[in-house]
Amino acid sequence: MSDKEPLFSAKNRKLLTNPLGSDNPITIQVLGICSALAVTAKLEPAVVMTISVMAVLALANVIVSLLRNTIPSRIRIIVQLVIVAALVILVDQILKAFAYDVSKQLSVFVGLIITNCIIMGRLEAFALGNRPWPAFLDGIGNAAGYGIILVIVAFFRELLGSGTLYGFKVIPQAFYDMGYQNNGLMILPPMALITVGIIIWVQRSRNKALIES
Amino acid sequence: MNTQSNTYTFLYAAIMVVIVAAVLSFTSLTLKDRQNMNKEIEKKQDILKAVNVASTPANAVELYDKYIVEAIIVNSEGEVKSNDKAKTFKVDLKNENKKNLSERNLPVFVFNDTKIGKKLIIPVRGKGMWGPVWGFISMEPDRKTIFGATFDHQGETPGLGAEISKAEFQKPFTGKQIFDESGVFTSLKLVKGTASTNPHAFDAVSGGTVTSKGLEAMLQDNLSSYEKFLKSSN
Repeated sequence: MSDKEPLFSAKNRKLLTNPLGSDNPITIQVLGICSALAVTAKLEPAVVMTISVMAVLALANVIVSLLRNTIPSRIRIIVQLVIVAALVILVDQILKAFAYDVSKQLSVFVGLIITNCIIMGRLEAFALGNRPWPAFLDGIGNAAGYGIILVIVAFFRELLGSGTLYGFKVIPQAFYDMGYQNNGLMILPPMALITVGIIIWVQRSRNKALIES
Repeated sequence: MNTQSNTYTFLYAAIMVVIVAAVLSFTSLTLKDRQNMNKEIEKKQDILKAVNVASTPANAVELYDKYIVEAIIVNSEGEVKSNDKAKTFKVDLKNENKKNLSERNLPVFVFNDTKIGKKLIIPVRGKGMWGPVWGFISMEPDRKTIFGATFDHQGETPGLGAEISKAEFQKPFTGKQIFDESGVFTSLKLVKGTASTNPHAFDAVSGGTVTSKGLEAMLQDNLSSYEKFLKSSN
């Protein structure tokens, strides 16, 4: 990092904010769809997944960025995979020992985090060519961009599919008495894809710059 | 230094693997005791949960020692093989379910409390969609009626199969009968819609069909090996 550049210069702030909107990893780069479908039936796992991806992505970005001049380019993908996998196992082991409840929720996501395309994508596209601090911000920003879509999708799926939000009942019993039913289709993976599609549609119709010619 | 040469690449890979392996095995070794302790506490909490006794990781051991007055191992003929409490706790159903029926060690935990009364707690274990599912069933002293049930899983899909670990799924098990009116063992069957009025059936989780079927098979397999024991003092 150059001494003159402030920690949160305009350029660095963009690393944090761009992935939330016009460079969103899910809706624009269409990465990480697999896990977005799997964990968005309820809000709670979506939030846990976001936090775990954020921790792994930020750390992996920093480590790869620190090693970027030493990594032999022919085995760089393998090196990145080993770093990500080791980080995930480490985090999981520590949680199992010190935060057992959280680890039980997280365990199912471990495999998903290692294979999350966003992580490999950011390591390849950003961390290999940038200094640790911007790489760290890029990791946080992309994980947040990923998380915001996860939470939006999970919000609609849990509300319409189970009638709850974060496990609390929000649709009053009177509605059910009048014949309202939870939409069972919402908790199945296809509806996650359709919800993501609607988000992409809304985003592109509001921001014409995103539409390909 | 030439970072593109074969020697460098090989050396780099070798050193990286050694470092990562060392870090991971060191972490695993240092944390193992704590992790096993957490697992034991969780099992004790689950056993207590089957009789609706809420516990925290901090007081689970104490409550377990207080309420579980006896823990025995029986065989499929219903004969008591051992009444060593610590030994019964250590029985691993994963290994037992692989054995022939007559060789299985079948644990039974006896719960006693002046308010709730005496209950028998039976562990169950089977396959879900992605991995093992397990649980504890507590029976009334009549050995036919389920008093409570708790289920857990390793990696079922959150929001779908994983719902089996929620109270809403487990509560309706109270009062179910695993023997029919003429005393024939029926276990509990998976049905659609009518479970709330049928004492021999339970409702599936929507979107978690494979997990629910696994649960049905688990109850059938595990409870049937206790059939003679459950009938023995009727």
